Amino acid sequence: MIAIKDLTVDLGEFMLRDITLDIRDSEYFIILGPTAAGKTVLLEAIAGLYPVVHGEVWINDREITGISPEKRKIGIVYQDQSLFPHLSVAQNIAFGLSFRKLSRDEVRSRVDDMAHMLGIAHLLERRPNTLSGGEKQRVALGRALVTNPDMLLLDEPLSALDPETKESLQRVLAEVHRRLGVTTMHVTHDFEESMVLGDRVAVLHQGRIAQVGTPEQILRQPNSEFMAHFSLSRNVFSGKVVSQDEGYALVDIGGVQLAAMTSQEEQVHLSLRPEDVLLSLEHLGSSARNSFPGAIADIVDRGSVVYVTVTLPPDLTCMITRQSFRDLGLQRGMTVWVTFKASSVHVF
Amino acid sequence: MFRLHSFRWDSMNVVFVVLGVLIMFFISFPLLKTVLSPSPGTLWNTLLQDEVYYSILLTICAAVIATLFGLLFGVPLAYLLARRNFRGKSLLEGLIDVPIVIPHSAAGVALLFVFGQQFLLGKVFHVIGIDFFNTIAGVIIAMMFVSLPFLIDSAKEGFQGVDVKLEKVARTLGASPWRSFFRVSLPLAARSIFSGSVMMWARGISEFGAILILAYHVPFLGHNPVVAPILVADRFNYGLDYTLPVAGLVILISLVIFIALRMIAYRGDRA
Repeated sequence: MIAIKDLTVDLGEFMLRDITLDIRDSEYFIILGPTAAGKTVLLEAIAGLYPVVHGEVWINDREITGISPEKRKIGIVYQDQSLFPHLSVAQNIAFGLSFRKLSRDEVRSRVDDMAHMLGIAHLLERRPNTLSGGEKQRVALGRALVTNPDMLLLDEPLSALDPETKESLQRVLAEVHRRLGVTTMHVTHDFEESMVLGDRVAVLHQGRIAQVGTPEQILRQPNSEFMAHFSLSRNVFSGKVVSQDEGYALVDIGGVQLAAMTSQEEQVHLSLRPEDVLLSLEHLGSSARNSFPGAIADIVDRGSVVYVTVTLPPDLTCMITRQSFRDLGLQRGMTVWVTFKASSVHVF
Repeated sequence: MFRLHSFRWDSMNVVFVVLGVLIMFFISFPLLKTVLSPSPGTLWNTLLQDEVYYSILLTICAAVIATLFGLLFGVPLAYLLARRNFRGKSLLEGLIDVPIVIPHSAAGVALLFVFGQQFLLGKVFHVIGIDFFNTIAGVIIAMMFVSLPFLIDSAKEGFQGVDVKLEKVARTLGASPWRSFFRVSLPLAARSIFSGSVMMWARGISEFGAILILAYHVPFLGHNPVVAPILVADRFNYGLDYTLPVAGLVILISLVIFIALRMIAYRGDRA
């Protein structure tokens, strides 16, 4: 297990403050945050490459805060791969093994195994500058993994790649993690990437951890207005609980009263994901507690899906497929019905 | 290399090319004329004179040793300057370049003032058996003093060109700071360090003023030669005919070694 306690790092312009995280064995942990939020520095601080102001880093009940990087057993892969340009692919991968007392055959076979697993066996004699971005990233991954680190740090490993390469490397990362079970910390600014790969996700906001949870929790149970917006809930309201009945509450959000499942009282925040809202031309006689008519205020076509904003008031955004958008023949100003379950409304 | 896609003989290009040709002529014509005017036989016979032979050997050897010391002391400093930020860094960088801008005879006086036997460092070194006045050690430190900036500046640029992340990755892979330096930073900066060394060495063999003050005639392999630049000047006192073959020889040898080293340094660039 890897524990980070109250870690504070000075970045000059601002600070990362009191970062506390517990990462479980073999977990794929994602740090999600905007560009220039200090994500790289956080990784470097964990690896011992950047000084910490205070705080502790523990690996398997061993404190490593003051230990030099070469003794930490933490591998790192940078966004730009940082392969050694003067060494071949094979020499790059073998680099970390050269500091151990291993026979030449042992090194050779470990490099070969790693190269095979990553699909780069045919590149071993090549120089880094002749490789594509995806190939370089695999080499960097192999170089870090071949030493069997206690922890693997990935700094935006997919960000500099074209969409196709990115998808295939994403599969490689998932596959490698499944096979080797190495505890992994992956930082990214890509929300979707974090949802696909992460066992758990920590969201970094203004130098602090805003929320830690499974992708499902991050998506459905934001713990703050910032998180609700960040996770693209789109529908974030504040309101007041007007009635409570055994976990069912009616919340007045100024205009309409939404049914939600909560035992909270008084002032609350609500979020509702656009994909959880049904849109229809007629009132649906369903069991869903929330059903309201409204006029279409805006239509945003995103290619495969369409976002439709309906004014109840307030404005509510729902997401529908392109197919149903066409079937319903929606246009601005039309009156439609929006319907969603009380359990889809997240109260915080 | 950049390519001029549409080179046209407009007035600016004409003027610039003419000026460029003139300056190239200015550089190469005196060199070629000096090398080519004595016959090859005369050059060869000149080289066989003890006075000339030992002078050239002394000059080359002392410059090589100066460069080796430069590598030992200058490369670590260059690395620090490339990697660390500290108070007074730009002052230090300016100081390193001072030997280039001061008159070299003044540099010789300054060195004599510190390394002369009756002065502080001179006394210290005398204890361990090294004297600088009129010895090869004096030639070496005079060469070092005036030519170190070329090596340090070039090595610093080389280290600055090495992505610091490469060193960081090396550390996480188990390399100590020493190993990361010798296996990553140094090999990647090697070309810059090498070309800096060539420049330092070349500047060393051409040194005149500081050596004239500090170490005029020095005992060397049973002879008592002066360095080549001084020999050329000395012989000029007896007339141009007397000095021309020596000057030609010195230029020729310098040129051959310099070109050879540059070819080594830039080999593979066009691969």
